[in-house]
Order: sequence, then structure tokens, then C-alpha cells
Amino acid sequence: MSALLSVQSFHVHYGAVEAVRGIDFEIREGEIIALLGANGAGKSSTLNALVGLIPVAAGTVMFDGSDITHNAPETLAPAGLTLSPEGRRVFGTLSVAENLLMGAYGIRDKQAVAAAWDRVYTLFPILYERRDQFAGTLSGGQQQMLAVGRALMSNPRLLLLDEPSLGLAPKIVEQVFELITLLRDQGVTLAVVEQNVAMALEVADRGYLMSGGRIVAAGSAAELAQSDSLQSAYLGAG
Amino acid sequence: MDLILQQTVNAFALGGTYALLALGLAVVFSIMGLINFAHGELMTIAGYVLMYCGLAGFPFVLSVALAVSAAVAAAVLMERIAFRPVRNASGATMLVTSFAIAMILQVLFQNLISARSQAVVLPQFLSDSVQFGGLIIGVNKIAAIAATVIMLVFLDRFMKHQKTGIAMRASAEDFAVARLMGIRANTVIAGAFALSGLLAGVAAVLWVSQRASVDPLMGFTPVLKAFIAAILGGLGSLRGAVAGGFLLGFIEIYLAAFLPQELQEFRDPIGLCIVVAVLLFRPNGLIPSLALKAEKV
Repeated sequence: MSALLSVQSFHVHYGAVEAVRGIDFEIREGEIIALLGANGAGKSSTLNALVGLIPVAAGTVMFDGSDITHNAPETLAPAGLTLSPEGRRVFGTLSVAENLLMGAYGIRDKQAVAAAWDRVYTLFPILYERRDQFAGTLSGGQQQMLAVGRALMSNPRLLLLDEPSLGLAPKIVEQVFELITLLRDQGVTLAVVEQNVAMALEVADRGYLMSGGRIVAAGSAAELAQSDSLQSAYLGAG
Repeated sequence: MDLILQQTVNAFALGGTYALLALGLAVVFSIMGLINFAHGELMTIAGYVLMYCGLAGFPFVLSVALAVSAAVAAAVLMERIAFRPVRNASGATMLVTSFAIAMILQVLFQNLISARSQAVVLPQFLSDSVQFGGLIIGVNKIAAIAATVIMLVFLDRFMKHQKTGIAMRASAEDFAVARLMGIRANTVIAGAFALSGLLAGVAAVLWVSQRASVDPLMGFTPVLKAFIAAILGGLGSLRGAVAGGFLLGFIEIYLAAFLPQELQEFRDPIGLCIVVAVLLFRPNGLIPSLALKAEKV
């Protein structure tokens, strides 16, 4: 399988702080990748910089054969790459349906958009029931479904999920991970940043472990689950 | 009783104009975090276009269309030339930029047109009045109220039912995520300025039709009032801007009509004290913006 996304010598700075210090990784078509690490390891910075929300200080990002290192965020959803951001960030003052409409904003192909409506409402019947309700009035779990549904409206080939299970009840967390597997089966490639390491490694094919802005371990999910570096990274020793 | 009704009509006419101006400020602020103090100069531009069209003998409808279009074009140009380069700068930088634009335009008007007030030829019917029972209402007041209502309905429909309008609401709430969806920053910001120009243009026509003159500083006072109205309503909130505009119009007109003669010279300070009193009880304005509560990223 060829790499759908490949990242080389990737650096991200917040002012004088080096959040990501030269990482290389790749995501292949059809995979689920887990990006792991303690708070401040540089995972979210990596995702945000990939989609252009914060600038890439150095390095290159190739997506589907083209260089997207310095592309504006609005060009990426139409190209097939999108992010469901940390904290869900649904538009609370817009209705559920309006949120989904915005998810398809950059997509010109009307048939693709119609298919996306079907897909999202089939995956999440509750969103159809609540389509006219303000998104801000949904429960946390429903907002997470909306955030993922909104991202799916652009028919992404690669979907980046930043902390999809954060702040959700255990039962809902399980649903989120079932959804991740289901989406992969539907042909979506996924990269997931997660605090819930055990569940992330359960669904992922491969993983990268970050610490202090660097990748300190990489490998199949099974290998990572057994590695010592995993524990030391979370205990802060890495 | 008739006096109260009479003044209420006046208050709606003035408040409606403030509401349109405050909305123009709010649309841009909600998306960019910029208070555009050069908004008044958009009014002045529309006023001068109205004046020149009058001199050229154009039909009034055409003059109005040209004046409003000029304000829209000027707003879009203003964004393209002056605000785009400082878009990611701090709010203070953008604010100073807007003052600079306002001053440059004022000097240009003074030197290229005239420092003095110019008469604007208006059709006769605007200064006529209509009698309703005991009320005598100026046609210009009726036109102002009607234009305000039409603009508010148009704006409401645009924001609720047009994809671009919904995108503007989404951008006002979370610009970064809106861009992730493929909503272009340039389009939304240019759209917000075009909308603010449209509102300023219509407000300018209403303003000039009450006064029949235009001068280089014409836009300053109404926009200062609109700014107060926007704060009163809740900065960045569109509904708040409308509510604040009408409330300010009512405060000003009622004070002018009912304050005892000896207190009239303190009318403006008393009006502002009422505004401050309202803000003491509702510090975020009458209808606060929901987006401001969330963290802006």
C-alpha cells in the first residue's frame, strides 16, 4: 500500500516554543493510525499544522501525491483531508442540519453531497431526529457524533480525529471506537489522537508515540502496546 | 397622547437608522473582531454620490441605487486594500487602521470636494407629510421605517437561508473550524464588508434624506452612535445591534421631546447615563453574542 499522507522533518512552533521538533511519519490508505503521547507531546499541534490551522515551521507534507505543506485550511477539505478538532467545536448557534451543510461547504459535486447526507443520517439517526435543533443544545456524545458527521460531509479520504473520546461517558466512548472501525471498513483512512491509549491501540493498525515534540516509538499497535517506551512516555520519563 | 405617538414614529425612524449602522459594525466585528470606525466614511461616500447624482439630474431611484452600490464597492475595496494586510494583526492594529482610513478619506473629501456642507437635491415628495388621524408623519420618516424593515427582513433571510449567510454565522462563531470546512476566509470577510457597505449605504440615504446636505465629517456622529448602540445591544451580536439601535433612538428622541427645557443642554450626557445604567445591569449588552462567551482561537 502506498502512503496517502507522508510527513518529513516536520516542525511546528508556537512563538518561541518548539511544539514539534522534526518528525517523520506516514499514513497508508485504509489504515487506522493512533498518535499517542502525554499532554504537551505535540500530537494536537501536529494535526492542527497538517490542516493549516497553525503554520508549519519546516518540513514537507505530501497528501495523495501533492505537496500541501503550506496550503490554506479551506483548500484541504475539497482535496479529501479534514480534521474533527479537539473539543468537538460544533457551531453551537447553528442547527444540526446547518452544521452538516457547512461540512460540505467546499464540495461542488452535488451528488456526492446528497450521498453524504444519507451516509451521515444513516450512521447517526439521532442527528436526523434533531436536525432543526441548535447544536449547542446536544449532549456531549451527540455533539461528538455531529463533529464527526460534519467532517464526513466532505467525503474525506483521510479523517483526522483529535481526542474524539474526551469527556464522554464510557459507553459513548465505546461507540466512538466502534464508529472509527466502521468508517475504516467504509474506506476512510483515519488518524486518531487519543488519551485513551488502550482503546486506541485496540482499533489501530499502527501507532506513533510522541514525547517532547519527537516520535519516540513507532510500530504496529500490538508492538506498541507491549513496549516500555509507552509507559515511560506517559510517566514523563521520556 | 398624539405627541407620544408622533415621537414614537420619530424614534423608530432614527432608531432604525442606528440599527442599520450598528448591524454593519456588528457583521464585520463578529467575523474579524474589528470595529471599523471608517464605517461612517462609507456613509459619506454614499452621501456624495447622492449629491452628484442629484446635480446630474438623475432620477432619485437611480441615484439611490448608485449611492448604495458605491458604499458596497467602497467597503469591499477598503477590506482589500487596507484591512487584508493587517488581518492577522492585533485588534488594536486593525482599530488604528480603521481610524487612518477614516481620516484619509475625510481629508480627501475636504480637498477634492469641499470642506463645507453641500446641499443634496431631493425629490419633493420626501419632504411632504401624511396625516393619520391626529398624526402628521413625514414621508421621509415613513420611508426610513419601511427601508429599515425591508433591510432587517432581507438580512434575517440571508443569514438563515443562504449558504453564504450560514457560513458567515459559522465563521462568526469559530473562524478556524469554518475554514476547515472549506469556507474561504477571503470570501466570508469580503462578504461581511459588502454587507456592511450595503447597510451603511442605505443608512446614508435615510440620514441624508432627513437633512438634505452632506459634508466631509457627515459619517462621524452617526457611526459613533451606532458604536454605542452596538455596545448597548451586545458587541458582535446581530440581534443585539438592532435592539441597541432602536433603544438608543428611543432614548434620544424621547429625551429631546420630554426633557424640561432647562435640562435640554444636558440631553446627550443624560442619554449616555441611561446607556451606562443599562450596561451596569447587563454588562454584555441587551442580547449578548454567544460566540464571545466561547474561547476565540
